[in-house]
Amino acid sequence: MAQLICKNVALGYEGRIVAEQLDFEVNSGDYLCIVGENGTGKSTLLKTLLRLKTPISGEIRMGDGIQATEIGYLPQQTVVQKDFPASVWEIVLSGCLNGCGLRPFYNREEKQLARNNLERLGILDLAKHCYRELSGGQQQRVLLARALSATKKMLLLDEPVTGLDPKAAQDLYELIEQLNKKDGITVIMVSHDIEAAVKYASHILHINRTPVFHGRKEDYMLSGVGFGIGSRREVMEHE
Amino acid sequence: MNDIFNTLLHYFSFPFVRYALIVGILIALCSSLLGVTLVLKRFSFIGDGLSHVAFGAIAVAAVFGFTNDTVIVMPVTIIAAVILLKSGQNTKIRGDASLAMLSVGALAIGYLLMNLFSKSSNISGDVCSTLFGSTSILTLTMAEVWVSVIMSVIVVAVFLLFYHKIFAVTFDETFARATGTRTDMYNLIVAVITAVIIVLAMNLVGSLLISALIIFPAMSAMRVFKNFRAVILCSVIISMIAAGSGIIISILASTPVGSTIVAIDIVVFILFCGVGKLIGGAGK
Repeated sequence: MAQLICKNVALGYEGRIVAEQLDFEVNSGDYLCIVGENGTGKSTLLKTLLRLKTPISGEIRMGDGIQATEIGYLPQQTVVQKDFPASVWEIVLSGCLNGCGLRPFYNREEKQLARNNLERLGILDLAKHCYRELSGGQQQRVLLARALSATKKMLLLDEPVTGLDPKAAQDLYELIEQLNKKDGITVIMVSHDIEAAVKYASHILHINRTPVFHGRKEDYMLSGVGFGIGSRREVMEHE
Repeated sequence: MNDIFNTLLHYFSFPFVRYALIVGILIALCSSLLGVTLVLKRFSFIGDGLSHVAFGAIAVAAVFGFTNDTVIVMPVTIIAAVILLKSGQNTKIRGDASLAMLSVGALAIGYLLMNLFSKSSNISGDVCSTLFGSTSILTLTMAEVWVSVIMSVIVVAVFLLFYHKIFAVTFDETFARATGTRTDMYNLIVAVITAVIIVLAMNLVGSLLISALIIFPAMSAMRVFKNFRAVILCSVIISMIAAGSGIIISILASTPVGSTIVAIDIVVFILFCGVGKLIGGAGK
């Protein structure tokens, strides 16, 4: 079943198109990686999927009984204020807010949900800790727990491993894989880490203003589209 | 010591002193509630700009001879708050520049109007008391006391009702919006409450010192406490104690109320900085 359908979508700012002809579906249980060079519309696409921006043309539909507000979102870490005085518990609980409506306080089920998500990500013991004093990997887990509190079905991740050391990055990737495989949560991830994308994702959407490739990752590897980015990055690292 | 106590007792036999204390502490409570949010959202400068707008509105009210100037000042300040919020989100016009224009403009026009049209014989005294509060907290009418009490109750009720939403919008507006929270509405609520608080606080500390009432308790609490609820509770307590003791000291020592309260807030801030350093040092 398609949970998310994009039909001939064009994206951009103030009439200037940054990406167009986006035609794809995301099915329940997929792990889609959106890859491409910087400035090719990846982040704009993500914001549009979250309804933070409206597309210039085309249509984005949700299907399979999921609402646009039921998407769990993991922002780029730099977005969240680093000096904010908040405990892990307060942050994870705030993910339940979309179920509250006008009710001013969280009910027992929502608190239980937040607790379960802390446990699921192995950070229950950090609940009372201050967010700003955690390591980068722990902070990402907290934000992931908050995203899980907002959704049961779909996660949208924006460059989740940026700024993490290799060990923490790998842990986070494995955690996301587990959520996808074990709990059947659909994952859409924006990334420029092609290696990891190919390793963990089930589907790849490679955009460079227009979609260069969309399909299963096995076909992507055969197509050779991704080599451009990978090799260029290697060159940069060697310099 | 006994002398001081007797003097205090003597002063508290006057109803206007009791009113001043009640209203002062209520205003301190309200201003510190939102202070944390305003500081964290980088909105603290809006408080400063709004207080100047309120000053201009008071001048206009005085020119037209309104006896109860809250009728004019409150709506004008609320409208200004909404405009400032919108212009801050608009990237085409520089938010800080338009704010500066609005606040300085209101200050200048306000003073100009007061000089041109005021029938009072002591203009500089009027201006000084509007800017620095001086004695206006001690000359509250019964109606003003009730307005302050009712407004404070509304502010506290709104804050409690929307506490979790305000937290979410303050911590990560993008996430809140993506998951269906109506962030525009809550930003609007924050702006309107800020305007209400500023108009109330004009009586206590005057329009130039209001920002201190909003910012200092929040900054002090953030030095020591590390979760949102504790920071808010602590800043409320700091603010109420500073206002209460400030009013009492100003009566005993005949100092201006507003600046005394702010001076106490500054001392508390320095103390909390020290405590924060000690705790931080021990933790690491």
